[in-house]
Amino acid sequence: MVRLKVNGTERSFDGDPAMPLLWYVRDVLGLTGTKYGCGIAQCGSCTVHLDGQAVRSCQTAVGDAEGKSVTTIEGLDPRGEHPLQKAWLAVGVPQCGYCQTGQIMSAAALLKETPKPTDEDIDNAMAGNICRCGTYVRIRAAIKQAAG
Amino acid sequence: MFSVRIENVSRRGMLRGLAATGGLVLAARFLPAGPAIAADPKTGADAMPHGTVNDPRVFVSIAPDGTVSIVCHRAEMGQGVRTGIPLIVAEELEADWSRVKVVQAIGHEERYGNQDTDGSRSTRHFMKPMREVGAAARMMLEAAAAKRWNVDVKGVEAVNHQVVHHATGRKLGYGELAVEAASMPVPAQEKLSFKRPQQFRYIGKGAPIVDGPDIVTGKAQYSIDVRLDGLKYAVIARPPVHGGKLRSFDAAEALKVPGVEKVVEIAGTPPPAKFMPEGGVAVIAANTWAAIKGRDALKIEWDDGANAAHDSAKYHAEMSATAAKPGKTVRNHGNVETALEGAAKKLEAEYYIPHHAHATMEPPSATARFANGKCEVWTGVQSPQAARDDTAKRLGLQPQDVTIHTTLLGGGFGRKSKPDFAIEAAILAKEMPGTPIRVQWTREDDLQHDYYHTVSVERIEAGLDAQGKAVAWRHRSVAPTLFSIFQPDPGHESALEVGMGLVDNPFDVANLRCETGRAEARVRLGWFRSVSNIPHAFAVQCMAAEMAHAAGRDAKDYLLELLGPPRIVDPRKDGVELWNYGDDFAVYPIDTARLRRVVELAAASARWGSPLPQRQGRGIAVHRSFLTYVATVVHAAVDANGEISIPRVDVAVDCGAHVNPDRIRAQMEGACVMGQSIAQKSEITVKDGRIVEGNFDTFELVRMNEAPKEIHVHIVETGFDVPPAGVGEPGVPPFAPALVNALFAATGKRIRQLPIRDQLAG
Repeated sequence: MVRLKVNGTERSFDGDPAMPLLWYVRDVLGLTGTKYGCGIAQCGSCTVHLDGQAVRSCQTAVGDAEGKSVTTIEGLDPRGEHPLQKAWLAVGVPQCGYCQTGQIMSAAALLKETPKPTDEDIDNAMAGNICRCGTYVRIRAAIKQAAG
Repeated sequence: MFSVRIENVSRRGMLRGLAATGGLVLAARFLPAGPAIAADPKTGADAMPHGTVNDPRVFVSIAPDGTVSIVCHRAEMGQGVRTGIPLIVAEELEADWSRVKVVQAIGHEERYGNQDTDGSRSTRHFMKPMREVGAAARMMLEAAAAKRWNVDVKGVEAVNHQVVHHATGRKLGYGELAVEAASMPVPAQEKLSFKRPQQFRYIGKGAPIVDGPDIVTGKAQYSIDVRLDGLKYAVIARPPVHGGKLRSFDAAEALKVPGVEKVVEIAGTPPPAKFMPEGGVAVIAANTWAAIKGRDALKIEWDDGANAAHDSAKYHAEMSATAAKPGKTVRNHGNVETALEGAAKKLEAEYYIPHHAHATMEPPSATARFANGKCEVWTGVQSPQAARDDTAKRLGLQPQDVTIHTTLLGGGFGRKSKPDFAIEAAILAKEMPGTPIRVQWTREDDLQHDYYHTVSVERIEAGLDAQGKAVAWRHRSVAPTLFSIFQPDPGHESALEVGMGLVDNPFDVANLRCETGRAEARVRLGWFRSVSNIPHAFAVQCMAAEMAHAAGRDAKDYLLELLGPPRIVDPRKDGVELWNYGDDFAVYPIDTARLRRVVELAAASARWGSPLPQRQGRGIAVHRSFLTYVATVVHAAVDANGEISIPRVDVAVDCGAHVNPDRIRAQMEGACVMGQSIAQKSEITVKDGRIVEGNFDTFELVRMNEAPKEIHVHIVETGFDVPPAGVGEPGVPPFAPALVNALFAATGKRIRQLPIRDQLAG
């Protein structure tokens, strides 16, 4: 039995503790804002926060989250008005939008650690998140806008 | 760029609540396949299956509270169509955009007109019918108000969601008129009145995408997010070699995996299979993870079939050998042999672009439920009608017994025009009636079972006279055709493919010949964003820069000289069967004035010719595709290790009349990045018949740290009289040649084979 907290709610899971957190939050909990993109921590679509740190949930077993606190995009801000979410809309970042929840989760972890990131900080924090629509220029602009 | 009003978020929430209680009034019922108002024969839209429909009762409904629902029948994959198409309707309807709700259509072309969301066609083909929809609905509301007030309809006017009687100042909201408006006759096409372009407040101005708030909060529903009660999850092992098939399998170990419930064989269809699945063995489980583990535990023997020895390196060598010999002439004027012989300077170059996978960030998936002889599928497809018809065919049902619910697409790029994954889900659902089944493709499945972008060798010989002017141009293109999925392999590029940058070459060269060489498809091919424009434009625009260099001329000036004076270039005069993207050449000619204008605009914006530091350079390329003209200037820098960075890109785009400028900019920005991945990073290769690349560690894409630092997009304001053209695809083709030309300017090294990877190292 794995016990963990997801978006502030206590959860327990008695299935395979090796199941990636990604499939646990999606298939078991129905939190579908976290996306599957590659399964090998190469694209960042599945990014969530584990005790505040950005992790790739496709390469994090549910068992590894035992006793920890998981935040998904659904739990980032109660009203969906995190400065990054607002900036994403103001800048018009999303195209297809599929990768954007993962992008926002990576960016949120960056801003928590580094409230005024440089271009290099942004490159380092965001290089793990692929966007096939190619919205990078706007992602960079939105992160800067959210950072103020 | 348009800023988003923050109330947008709460407004959408409010509309959801209202929609739950509001009745659909104007669209009292969907009509059967009734006659649409005659469409204008001047658009290629009419030539598409099921053409266009402009009946307002199909697309518009108004609730008593005034909420206007507008149907979007095209698929949203990031191009912004769920905003653009309804904006056109709202414009002519005089609707208040903040009170508009967008409803996604099911796959039903008899009802909605063509739904094939590809070919950069949505705005091009539906600007006119959607204006007609809006205008007709507006006139029905006006007629209803005039009747209510018992006044002449000429004295009433629809203004911003209400109808006004000017003489008395009386006003009625759309919601108050909806019931009566629904009973008004639909105006005949010739009676429709339209707004003047100067009156537009949405068309040409745009709006933020309607799905934005849902996207950033994780609420947006993609194919992978569909959840139905009792949902089961399936992954499928497919034949690793194109044309291969299942010999035998043992599911004993797979069935021992906790959560695995069933293992099902899916029969494949031998090539040419169109969109039918490749077949294989499906593992159905309680969750995706169990299904993946179950598949890993399958023991399968495959019969690899005729392509078991296919090898990309050998294939490349064969294509090069073919390109060295005369091919099939697809365009000719003058005498290119004589002109090449007599040229003062002769250039010869071979360009290579490998296969590519679409690699949509959302891998293909579909959820199907089969019950009582009917099948419902929820999936992100660009072609819900093909998904419906082919699913029905495969399941032995009538098309009306299959319903395709189109979700948002997490990327499309042409991959999701091919609904094989939807058919797979339907096949499995039929095996377990009543149980909804999700077929989930893993990234490996996606990259190794794609309908690949073709592989191409392009060989160009050019002759210059003593002054450096181009006098001869011979372009041989060797690439397997995507038509090999539809018919026995023709072995040559089709009219559609050669019409994407080969035979529609606009250059002013007296002796010009285009040829194709034979190449047979060894993998499953399909159209990929921009299609054959990618290799053709790469070769043509690189050679243009090579010629400029050989002539000792500035690349931009030489390109303008190659384009020649402003004129209409008509390759049909050279015997070409020009498809012109399915549209009338008289409406959408090849206009060198527009090519020249985007070249000059992009160059000016990029400060072409202004000095740059050592190992930095600018490159330019221009290309007309999907009836739109795009020029791209890339400013590239190369460090001592050969690492490339891109400080700035300038794009000029002329797509004629348009709806949502910020989405045009977004498409051009994204096209640059996709073009950059093609240029620098990605490649699909085959060894022993098997695709080598399996995930993003080997199929590499451009990331944040490598992307251009700035992309400036300049939209040519043509006015509304110039007909709308494509936006989704035309930005891709000029990027790679512009980058490679910039790298030449920076380093003096000419790259002719993509991807670039570390070719500049050392």
